[in-house]
Amino acid sequence: MKIIAVCGMGIGTSVLLKMNAEKVLTQLGIDATVEATDMKTARESRSAQVILTTPDLAPLLVGLPSEIITIEHFFDLEELTKKLSASLL
Amino acid sequence: MLAEAFGENSIRVLAAALDREHAIELAGDLLVASGRVTPEYTTAMVEVLDTHGPYFVIAPGIALAHAKPAESVLATGLSLVTLAEPIVFGNQANDPVKLVFGLCAVNHESHIQMLGELSTLLSNNESVNILLNAGDTEQIRSLF
Repeated sequence: MKIIAVCGMGIGTSVLLKMNAEKVLTQLGIDATVEATDMKTARESRSAQVILTTPDLAPLLVGLPSEIITIEHFFDLEELTKKLSASLL
Repeated sequence: MLAEAFGENSIRVLAAALDREHAIELAGDLLVASGRVTPEYTTAMVEVLDTHGPYFVIAPGIALAHAKPAESVLATGLSLVTLAEPIVFGNQANDPVKLVFGLCAVNHESHIQMLGELSTLLSNNESVNILLNAGDTEQIRSLF
């Protein structure tokens, strides 16, 4: 499964999101690759099954053939675990 | 690694910010002061807010201000300004902001390990409390 973590620039926020998502996916035993990417690349990409992003950016990604999961607190692994398992398990 | 990522003069405590743009500029000024970026990068950090909104407020009270790798980045690094009075950034989930980190990277790889260590630090509530309540930069440096 391919997941993309999306932020405006693709170097800060999305990288943090990718790191913590990978931790949670391993714990959940879900086999997935997570790529950090910027908004522009994400809009052109149609290969991801799931998009991880922030509530502010989510409206800009509507219309892509991917499920969008929004994360508010990036260091709260419980939030990530809850949202990822609800959607992927 | 974090100890080197935060260069000399890259941390300031209890600064007074007028608004969210000013808070970002303070974090950018510290990247300039520590020799990691030129002032153009600070301008680019503020433009990210104008273009994409306050999405980079990534946890309650914590913003990670940054722009893209560009010529204005001299070396990969971090800065931190703690605010005397919290500032509303317009991020519903995580407002108001008390800690503004500045991030600059020369490319898409150089900062990954550094961000991993920052993530570990900010996942620890005790460390975050020390950052929020620090009265001098030494208290912050003791965490690295």
